[in-house]
Amino acid sequence: MSDHHHKETFVTKYIFSHDHKMISKQFLVTGMFMGIIAVLMSMLFRLQLAWPDTSFSVVEAFLGSHQTDGIMDPDIYLALVTIHGTIMVFFVLTAGLSGTFSNLLIPLQIGARDMASGFLNMVSYWLFFLSSVVMVISLFVEAGPAAAGWTIYPPLSALPQAIPGSGTGMTLWLVSMAIFIASSLIGALNYIVTVLNLRTKGMKMTRLPLTIWAFFITAIIGVVSFPVLLSAALLLVFDRSFGTSFYLSDIFISGEVLHYQGGSPVLFEHLFWFLGHPEVYIVLLPALGITSEIISTNARKPIFGYRAMIGSIMAIAFLSTIVWGHHMFISGMNPFLGSVFTFTTLLIAIPSAVKAFNYVTTLWKGNLQLNPAMLFSIGLVSTFVTGGLTGLVLGDSALDINIHDTYFVVAHFHLVMGVSAIFGMYAGVYHWFPKMYGRMMNKTLGYWHFWITIICAYGVFWPMHFIGLAGLPRRYYTNTNFPMFDDLADINVVITIFALVGGVAQIFFIANFFISMYRGEKATQNPWKSNTLEWTTPVEHVHGNWPGKLPEVHRWAYDYSKRVDAEDDDSDYLHGQDYVLQTTPLLEGEEPS
Amino acid sequence: MLALFYIFIGVAIGVSVWQITRILNLRESIATDKDNAAQGKYAMYFMAFFYAMMIYCLIFMNVIMLPESASYEGEHDDNLFDITFWLIGIVQFIMQFLIFYFTFKYRGSKDKKAKFYADSHKLEFIWTVTPAIVLVGLIGYGLWQWNNVMDLSSEEDAIVIEVYSQQFRWDARYAGADNTLGLGNVNFIKGINTMGVDMSDKNSIDDKQVTELYLPKGRKVHFKFRSQDVLHSAYMPHFRAQMNCVPGMVTEFGFTPKYTTEEMRNQPEVIEKSIGINKIRKAKGEDPYIFDYLLLCNKICGASHYNMQMKITVVEEDEYNKWLSEQPTLSEVIQ
Repeated sequence: MSDHHHKETFVTKYIFSHDHKMISKQFLVTGMFMGIIAVLMSMLFRLQLAWPDTSFSVVEAFLGSHQTDGIMDPDIYLALVTIHGTIMVFFVLTAGLSGTFSNLLIPLQIGARDMASGFLNMVSYWLFFLSSVVMVISLFVEAGPAAAGWTIYPPLSALPQAIPGSGTGMTLWLVSMAIFIASSLIGALNYIVTVLNLRTKGMKMTRLPLTIWAFFITAIIGVVSFPVLLSAALLLVFDRSFGTSFYLSDIFISGEVLHYQGGSPVLFEHLFWFLGHPEVYIVLLPALGITSEIISTNARKPIFGYRAMIGSIMAIAFLSTIVWGHHMFISGMNPFLGSVFTFTTLLIAIPSAVKAFNYVTTLWKGNLQLNPAMLFSIGLVSTFVTGGLTGLVLGDSALDINIHDTYFVVAHFHLVMGVSAIFGMYAGVYHWFPKMYGRMMNKTLGYWHFWITIICAYGVFWPMHFIGLAGLPRRYYTNTNFPMFDDLADINVVITIFALVGGVAQIFFIANFFISMYRGEKATQNPWKSNTLEWTTPVEHVHGNWPGKLPEVHRWAYDYSKRVDAEDDDSDYLHGQDYVLQTTPLLEGEEPS
Repeated sequence: MLALFYIFIGVAIGVSVWQITRILNLRESIATDKDNAAQGKYAMYFMAFFYAMMIYCLIFMNVIMLPESASYEGEHDDNLFDITFWLIGIVQFIMQFLIFYFTFKYRGSKDKKAKFYADSHKLEFIWTVTPAIVLVGLIGYGLWQWNNVMDLSSEEDAIVIEVYSQQFRWDARYAGADNTLGLGNVNFIKGINTMGVDMSDKNSIDDKQVTELYLPKGRKVHFKFRSQDVLHSAYMPHFRAQMNCVPGMVTEFGFTPKYTTEEMRNQPEVIEKSIGINKIRKAKGEDPYIFDYLLLCNKICGASHYNMQMKITVVEEDEYNKWLSEQPTLSEVIQ
């Protein structure tokens, strides 16, 4: 990066910006917009699940020709759950979360002037934007958007005869995802190169904040696994459009035998889940990284077990690439493979447990500053534990047989990756909003937002475990055709009420976000009294982040409440305050932590 | 137009929130000691709500859950599930308590100092090794049970039944006197040969196609699954059994029914669940529910996925033999 002053026009500053801070805001706002669509969809299909025979004018309003007298059609129900899943997993929790915070924090926290390639970074955002546009357009095609589930298993996703959404809607879904993957790969490569090459003087890998470690490892998982999804999608395109038989064989549909011979849907499942499972960690690890940073800062304590945290991130990342088969225990693959995947899957419990215990120990004997960001981080630990524990049930192939694809699974993954990751994202926004917009978000609205959201999250997903244990399959348009599920109807109503309240409560966040952007309290340089480098930059953004020389790092990121005498908790704080910036040189005789 | 109306309502809510916040002047942003005290207290209130909800669901939702396994193989599933559930339940209750109690107990104030505590190899060793040991047990039992269920090679006198799926119905084919299924392929689907059975295969002649499953109590059943169009999943929750039906390949599963349908109906758990269901059905003016085993589709397969089911009836073996002998063979049906 040169230090020359660039002349910025509106277009280069706000639209085709190379500046990582602006790109991060672009990712965030686009992700939020997509998130609103996905939340609205979930509210629509929750209405259907609670009151399947009731007419709703809101359904009539939004579903147009896909409803009859205010009752949605089965096809569009499937489309709604499909697109809800796709948008949430990829557009909100991958691009919206990783894109926002990797972009914002990697250069700022490692002491770089910008990403390794500002241009590619811009390309990454605009490809993401394009893929979002294509996905939104797919909602408006005549036969409806893709409806084969977010996992798009062929043959359902390959044959328009099987479900109308597998026509143009599916084509656009695949196009959108192909563009998305390109965006994600460019972004991830940029993050990796930046972390490896652009760390400022003194910023050893072992001094990196855990946020950066999480983003770095996440990017590596992305680079390893996303290309496999791209190839899976390409082969599906070939099957759909060019008559190949990678995934299809022996099909009789709509009164005729199709020409496909020799392919197997199980191949698709392998390829899909080779990304699909790591994807869970692509979503979750950045949230855990953000949480590590925020819990430590607000507890005024070093994160407990820094090296163990890095080790567990690496262990999770490694294991995540060899467990995909646990989504396929009953797919018809060789049972021996099931044994192997059970073994590797349950191993993930160990690093996950280490992380959870370390968070709790970090809270222990802290001086907790309960800001909204801190509450969301604590909420994340809670939902991560609740959702993670049921993974021990699902990961065990013998038990999975009977709860596979029931609502137990839906409850499990929503808590462990959905709610947890979104809590991490909210925590990040509340915490770094001053760095993004130079103003603070309001705490009162933040508190309302947090408590309503966590109550509703548990109100939705805790009872959902039990309807799963009652044997209720997911992706059922209505349960009324099975008298054995009649006693679940009331629970579904309760879940829907929590879901609607929780969905509407997100207005607290959106209002807070936009109001604070213009009217929030002006931020000070280091409002949370944090140690990391981003808080040494001026409040007003400058190109290149630091006006003068780059800062030099002398210590790790977690010297909170460090005492003069390490053995004596009653002794005075080092430097007279409960935090020590990473740029502060070690005192004479001070032991590095 | 109606959509515009709703969007307008949304905007109106947004604008009113905006205006309210202007009036309230909500400009404080960093937690004070007073906030810490208040939020710490709310953490305890939330914990009370959370525990109440968890315990309520655990106690009162027991009745809606599936009754005990109706297959011998599933007994160990139930066992393993109970062990796992107790284990994670205990960990859940302890961990959630610690999370929210610590939030309250260590809420910040100006007079407090946090403890500088960055590392403890001893603690980390403990909580790496403890889960590892517990997992060895779980994995061991789980894998043993998995092999137990999935190994179909040992039973030689198992009854072979094909379960056949298509959008949106199930059919079944019994292997007949030779207990061997004739070959099948979609190319043979024609007229009433809806399962595409190869009638030139001599094993097909005595096969019997039916639309409802009858199973004998106490005999191992060896299922073979096929699909003619998209993925389906044959889910038989009462037997702890499930397997995907994959076009282009044959998948397998097996179990031994433990209770006849009649016996299951007289099971205390089933009676209790049925009473609950019938209260609801009566209020809606619907026919009473009588328990039956079911096979459900549990893999998204299209618009009517939610209504793809087949009844399973488990009877004593002599009754089963009688029923089966009444079914026509394929050679009688298809010429």
